[in-house]
Amino acid sequence: MNGVPMEHGLVLAATLFALGLCGLMFRRNMIFVLMSLEIMLNAAGLAFIVAGTGWQQPQGQVMFLLVITLAAAEASVGLALLIQLYHRFKTLNIDVASRMRG
Amino acid sequence: MMEPLTTFLTTLSTAQATAALLPLTFLLPLAGTLILAFSRGTLSYRLSALVGVGSVGLAAVATLLLALGFAADAAPQTVTLWTWIAVGDFTPRISLALDGLSLTMLGVITGVGFLIHLFAAWYMRGEAGITRFYTYMNLFVFSMILLVLGDNLLLLFLGWEGVGLCSYLLISYYYQHSANGWAGFKAFIITRIGDVFLAIGMFLLFSRLGTLNITEILELAPKAWQAGDTTVELAAFLLLGGALGKSAQLPLHTWLADAMAGPTPVSALIHAATMVTAGVYLIARMHGIFELAPLALYTTGLIGALTLLMAGFAALAQTDIKRVLAYSTMSQIGYMFLALGVGAYDTAIFHLMTHAFFKALLFLSAGAVIVSCHHEQDMRNLGGLWRKLPLAYMGFVVGGAALAALPLVSAGFYSKDEILWQALAADQQGLLIAGLIGALLTSLYTLRLIIGTFHGTAKSANARHAEAGRGFAHGLPLVVLAVLSTFLGAWITPPLSGVLPAGPGDGVTAGHGAVELIAAAVALSGMALAVWLFGLKRGWLRLADHGMGAGLWQLWHHAWGFDMLYDWTLVRPYRGLVALLKSDVVEGVFRLLAKLVRLVHLGLSRTQTGKLRGYAVTMVVGATLILLSLALVI
Repeated sequence: MNGVPMEHGLVLAATLFALGLCGLMFRRNMIFVLMSLEIMLNAAGLAFIVAGTGWQQPQGQVMFLLVITLAAAEASVGLALLIQLYHRFKTLNIDVASRMRG
Repeated sequence: MMEPLTTFLTTLSTAQATAALLPLTFLLPLAGTLILAFSRGTLSYRLSALVGVGSVGLAAVATLLLALGFAADAAPQTVTLWTWIAVGDFTPRISLALDGLSLTMLGVITGVGFLIHLFAAWYMRGEAGITRFYTYMNLFVFSMILLVLGDNLLLLFLGWEGVGLCSYLLISYYYQHSANGWAGFKAFIITRIGDVFLAIGMFLLFSRLGTLNITEILELAPKAWQAGDTTVELAAFLLLGGALGKSAQLPLHTWLADAMAGPTPVSALIHAATMVTAGVYLIARMHGIFELAPLALYTTGLIGALTLLMAGFAALAQTDIKRVLAYSTMSQIGYMFLALGVGAYDTAIFHLMTHAFFKALLFLSAGAVIVSCHHEQDMRNLGGLWRKLPLAYMGFVVGGAALAALPLVSAGFYSKDEILWQALAADQQGLLIAGLIGALLTSLYTLRLIIGTFHGTAKSANARHAEAGRGFAHGLPLVVLAVLSTFLGAWITPPLSGVLPAGPGDGVTAGHGAVELIAAAVALSGMALAVWLFGLKRGWLRLADHGMGAGLWQLWHHAWGFDMLYDWTLVRPYRGLVALLKSDVVEGVFRLLAKLVRLVHLGLSRTQTGKLRGYAVTMVVGATLILLSLALVI
C-alpha cells in the first residue's frame, strides 16, 4: 500500500466508526441499529488492515478475519432477535421493547 | 439345569460382581433424581412416574442379585469408589460395605421402597407436581442407601442428613397450606437436635480413636476403653441422642405425628418403613460401643419401653387414621429400642424388617381409603367401608393382625414375641411387662382403627360415596405387602449372625414357650376387649365422654401434652428473647445500613429505562469520559 498514507486510512475508519455509533444511538428501527453495528465492526476491521499494512505486519489481517467471523455470528443472533421482536410487537421500533425497566 | 444356575450364583458372589452391583443400587435412584430434576416439569405424568418407579425398581433388582450372590457366599465385602477427602491421616472414602445387616436394610429400602413408589403412581394421580414428588422420593432412596451402605460414619452422616432433608421436603409437599410447612419445619428442627448429638458423638469417637471407619471403631473401642468408661458412655449417649431424634423416641418424638401432613406414600416410606428406623440401624451398627456402655444401653431399653407405652396410649385417642398409625410407628420403634436395650440387636433388626412390611401395608391401605373417600381421613367420618373397599380392608386386616401380633399367622407375632423373649432372657422383667402392656394397647388401638374405619355405618357423604381403587399400581403393592405381613414374611431370616452379637436369649429354649403363650394370650385378650369396647357395646364412647374418661381422652389425644410442654418451656421463652433482642442499638445500625442500600438501589434503578438507545448513549458517554481521563493522565 503505497501512496495512501496511513493517517488517511485511519481517519476513514474513525469516520465510519463515528457514523455507526451515531446510527446506534439515534436510530429507532432495529434493522438500522444492526447495520450501524456492522459498520462499526467493519470500521474497526479497516483500522486493523490499515495499521497492519502500514507497519508491514500480518496480524492486522488475522484480526480482520476474526472481526468478520464475529460480525457474522453477531448478525445471525441479531437477526434472530429482530424476528422475535417483530413477532412479539409487530414493529421494529426498539423503543417499544422496554419492559425490562427499573 | 442346575449347572448354569450354580455358575451364575458363583459369578454373582464374586468381588467383581459386588463391585459392579453395589454402586448401582444408589446410582440408579440418583440418576432418577437428576433426570426428573433437570426435566423441569416437561415430562408427562406417566413418564415421570416411570422414571421415578423404574429407577427404584432397577435398584431393587440389583439388590436381589446382590442377595443371591450373598446367599451363595456370605462373606462381607467392601467396595471403595474413591477417596472423598484427604487431609493428612484423615481420609474418609466413598466406600460401601456389604454385610448381612446392610443387605437386610438394602432389601427393605429398595424392595418396600419400590412397592411404595409404585403405589404412589396410583395415589398421586391428578395431583400437581408429580415430577417434584418423584425427584424427592428418589433422592430419599439414594440418601437412605448411602446411610446403610457407608462403611464410615461420615458417609453414614451424609445419608443421615440427606434423608432428613427429603423428609422435610416431602412433609411440606403440599406447600400451599402453611400448616404443612410448619410440620416440615418441626420435623427438620427436632431431628436436627438429634443430629447435633450424633455429630458430636462422631467428633468424640474420631478424637479418641483417630478413625471414622465403622469396622475400625468397633475393633479399636474394646482396646481403648474398659466397659463403663465415662468417655465411651458419653459417646454411646451421643449416638443414642442422634438415634432418638431420627427414630422419634422420647423426648424427641413430637415431630412424627405432625409429619403425617405429607402424602401418604411418603408416610409409608419415610415415616414408617425406612427413615425412622435409621436410629435402630445406627445403634445396631455401632453395637460395639453400646456393649461397652451398659448405662447407655440400659437407657436405650428404658426409653424404648417408655415410648412404646406413651405412644400406645396416644394412639388410642386419635381420630385421624394416619395419626393412629404414626403413634403406632413410634410404639413399634419403641419395641425395637427395647430389643436393642437388652442387647438383642438381631431381634431389633428382625422386627424392623417385619415392621417395614406391615406398617407400609397399613399406610398404603390407609392411602387407598383416603383417596377412595375423597381425602377424608378422620375416623369419625368414616365407617362401613369393608364391603366397598375390599382390598384396603384386606390390607388393614392383614397389616393390623401383624401389628397386633396375631399368633402364628402374622409376621409381627414372630418378631414381637422374640423381643419379649429376649427381654425375659436378659432378666429385664420391667421391660417385659412394659412390652406386654404395649401389646395389649396395640391390639386395642389396631382393632379400634379397623372397626372405626370399616365397620358400623358410613358417617359422612364422602364415606358413603367411596370408590374402590383399581389397577395394577394400586393392587400389586397391597397384595405383595400383605403376603409379606403374614407368617411368610417372618420366614425371611436376616443374615445377621456374623455381623451382630447373639442376643441374650439366642440358643436358650427354657421358658420360650411360656413367653409365646403369654404374648399370644395378651394379644388375643386385647383384641377381644377391643371388639367388646368398640364393636359390640360401644362402651368406649360412653367412657370417654364423662369425667375422668374425658380428661384422659384429652390427655392421650394430645399425646400427653408434650407439644404444649415444649411450647411453654422452649418455644415461647425463645420467641420472647428474640422479640427483646429485635430492638437494640446494634440492630439500629444495621437497619440504617439497609435503608441506605435501599435508597441507592432506588436511585440506580431509575436509570434502568429499558430503552436500548439510552443505554447506548450512556455507554458511549462513559467510554468517552474514561478515554478522556486516560488521555489527560498520560
